[in-house]
Amino acid sequence: MAQILAPSSQWQMRIARNSAPASPMTAKMWSSLVLKQNKKGTAKSSAKFRVLAVKSENGTINRMEDLLNLDLTPYTDSFIAEYIWIGGSGIDLRSKSRTISKPIEHPSELPKWNYDGSSTGQAPGEDSEVILYPQAIFKDPFRGGNNILVMCDTYTPQGEPIPTNKRHRAAEIFSNKKVVDEVPWFGIEQEYTLLQTNVKWPLGWPVGGYPGPQGPYYCAAGADKSFGRDISDAHYKACLYAGVNVSGTNGEVMPGQWEYQVGPSVGIDAGDHIWISRYILERITEQAGVVLSLDPKPIEGDWNGAGCHTNYSTKTMREEGGYEAIKKAILNLSLRHKEHISAYGEGNERRLTGKHETASIDTFSWGVANRGCSIRVGRETEKQGKGYLEDRRPASNMDPYVVTGLLAETTILYEPSLEAEALAAQKLSLNV
Amino acid sequence: MSLLSDLVNLNLSDSTEKIIAEYIWIGGSGMDIRSKARTLSGPVSDPAKLPKWNYDGSSTGQAPGEDSEVILYPQAIFKDPFRRGNNILVICDTYTPAGVPIPTNKRCAAAKIFSHPDVVAEIPWYGLEQEYTLLQKDVKWPLGWPLGGYPGPQGPYYCGIGVDKAFGRDIVDAHYKACLYAGINISGINGEVMPGQWEFQVGPSVGISSGDELWAARYILERITEVAGVVLSFDPKPIQGDWNGAGAHTNYSTKSMRNEGGYEIIKKAIEKLGLRHKEHIAAYGEGNERRLTGRHETADINTFKWGVANRGASIRVGRDTEKEGKGYFEDRRPASNMDPYVVTSMIAETTILWKP
Repeated sequence: MAQILAPSSQWQMRIARNSAPASPMTAKMWSSLVLKQNKKGTAKSSAKFRVLAVKSENGTINRMEDLLNLDLTPYTDSFIAEYIWIGGSGIDLRSKSRTISKPIEHPSELPKWNYDGSSTGQAPGEDSEVILYPQAIFKDPFRGGNNILVMCDTYTPQGEPIPTNKRHRAAEIFSNKKVVDEVPWFGIEQEYTLLQTNVKWPLGWPVGGYPGPQGPYYCAAGADKSFGRDISDAHYKACLYAGVNVSGTNGEVMPGQWEYQVGPSVGIDAGDHIWISRYILERITEQAGVVLSLDPKPIEGDWNGAGCHTNYSTKTMREEGGYEAIKKAILNLSLRHKEHISAYGEGNERRLTGKHETASIDTFSWGVANRGCSIRVGRETEKQGKGYLEDRRPASNMDPYVVTGLLAETTILYEPSLEAEALAAQKLSLNV
Repeated sequence: MSLLSDLVNLNLSDSTEKIIAEYIWIGGSGMDIRSKARTLSGPVSDPAKLPKWNYDGSSTGQAPGEDSEVILYPQAIFKDPFRRGNNILVICDTYTPAGVPIPTNKRCAAAKIFSHPDVVAEIPWYGLEQEYTLLQKDVKWPLGWPLGGYPGPQGPYYCGIGVDKAFGRDIVDAHYKACLYAGINISGINGEVMPGQWEFQVGPSVGISSGDELWAARYILERITEVAGVVLSFDPKPIQGDWNGAGAHTNYSTKSMRNEGGYEIIKKAIEKLGLRHKEHIAAYGEGNERRLTGRHETADINTFKWGVANRGASIRVGRDTEKEGKGYFEDRRPASNMDPYVVTSMIAETTILWKP
């Protein structure tokens, strides 16, 4: 039985040592945020952020941190499962938790659940139950221990996917034999903007004004160039802990904007990992007292938008001579530009202007190392004759199930007529 | 690190066999929870082995000054998540020195109903969904709401995440773990439709333990909000207007309902409840008429109706139950400030013992 021998700080250090029964983001990691506030109650500048975790004035908050960080494993076999789903707008994440009484290995062992669809715009009041099917499990970085996050999709009681359930169709595409054989890999670059809570103006920007123009902020350090790094860093570790395939992070061109990358993931995993990483990110910004925005063009004018560039390759593209397959894929994509664009995120027309490292929304273009194109192919790929392509069109608020499914469908399953193919090849100057 | 924290978190098991027992009871309003602590010479796991105690009933509106002693009978033990170690929380009920339950003691009558052989045979299960609202300390306005104004309308908050949608998650999460530690059968939590409102569920529990566990969970919740500097409200309609109220939906089943052909038993039980609608409503919480309007996922207080998957009904039967022909049903009428001893025993009485 865990002996609570001493005050909170020692309890936290004890947790840090037992890394095998995995410990949550302990109060020690958050304390860097909380302690800044507690120091003589000095007012903070807008460059730092408030911790919204509720605090009391008389210093007894340590007791609540103890409870939040309580490791239950000595007391019970039960653990907490946070079921996560996508709500009625297609971009709002919802979650609620339940106690599970015995250990499980696979999502299929978790019970289906249901929720009040009439409260999320997904069902009418007289017939409100929407069913949750568990699809993927991750470790819970907030509760630690054996507690888990569960990514779910949504069905009617009769077993039909409801209209906002985009995972179902993607899963169908990814189980098609031709797609399975091509082992599609995805690397998704999620950009996002942090906003101050009460004014919806980006974090670090002066209220009622603007920071200096873009230039110094991309991958920068310094209190005048990097706003909100703690969120990005906390998110990175939380995702790695959870089992999300995060491959990197960087500060973006617009101040207050960040990016992280998830991948390479195979097939349906890409979508599951992006959604869980978005959930973890918004839970972290909730704690930090900052608003998360996935809007593709948060500030009009000479400021970058936010995208979700999707890097993609198939087995054929990764093998010798793969460059031919890449060119064929680009050809197919050019013939379905409108279908893809309409599925690549709401409001994308405000972002894809042809300026700020985007291609115009009406034009399909591709190029090596060209960031002003719809599709960019890396120099390494061109040199080695094999590799992957980057679809730069998706917006930051895209649904990864939709985008990854569509990419696989268009490049592996879709067969254009020879005529259309020849015409497109000419237009793009592609010898395929 | 402050000396106070050292002392509060001191683990006594190395220095002494003694433990601290926090005796908890319900005060004169029927809704206020009171507690005080005493030292016991060693660990105890059986409530029957705990000593009876007494308190000053004239300070809680439960006895006159000249004859103020009210006796506490220990009924249920839980582990103390605040003191930890071998320390315990003890749920008690209240009696006169002559051994008669005082008027605010609803547990005694409930225990009688739950020991009736017909009720025992049916093994009644309860799942209680306790909703509650968090208020800012000095102004009694919900947590996260702008002073002098309102947040955006309901829609984004149910099960929501993000600093602009979820207010007070730390309280809810701390409460979840604290209850699991204490040994309370807490089965889940979720953010509710009105911002600053939350819900936790306790169950399935059998008979009288359902009331004991819910009162213990309410006690732990108010101790946590005390630490967090936030006010806890069980008012059934904290904010007038287009904002949801707070309820305590009671899910219920008996052995017959859970077995083959249970759906018929369920329908009979619902019928009986319909015949005693007024009696139940009168016992389902003060101020419920402000909440049961027919809007905001409630049925109007004067109407009794039931339906499958219908959240605007008095009684809701889940789709799974309908499909499998057995299961349980949900009484959506009780308010968040209901007394679980009263509600659980009344449902058992009406559906098992009462003959129309």
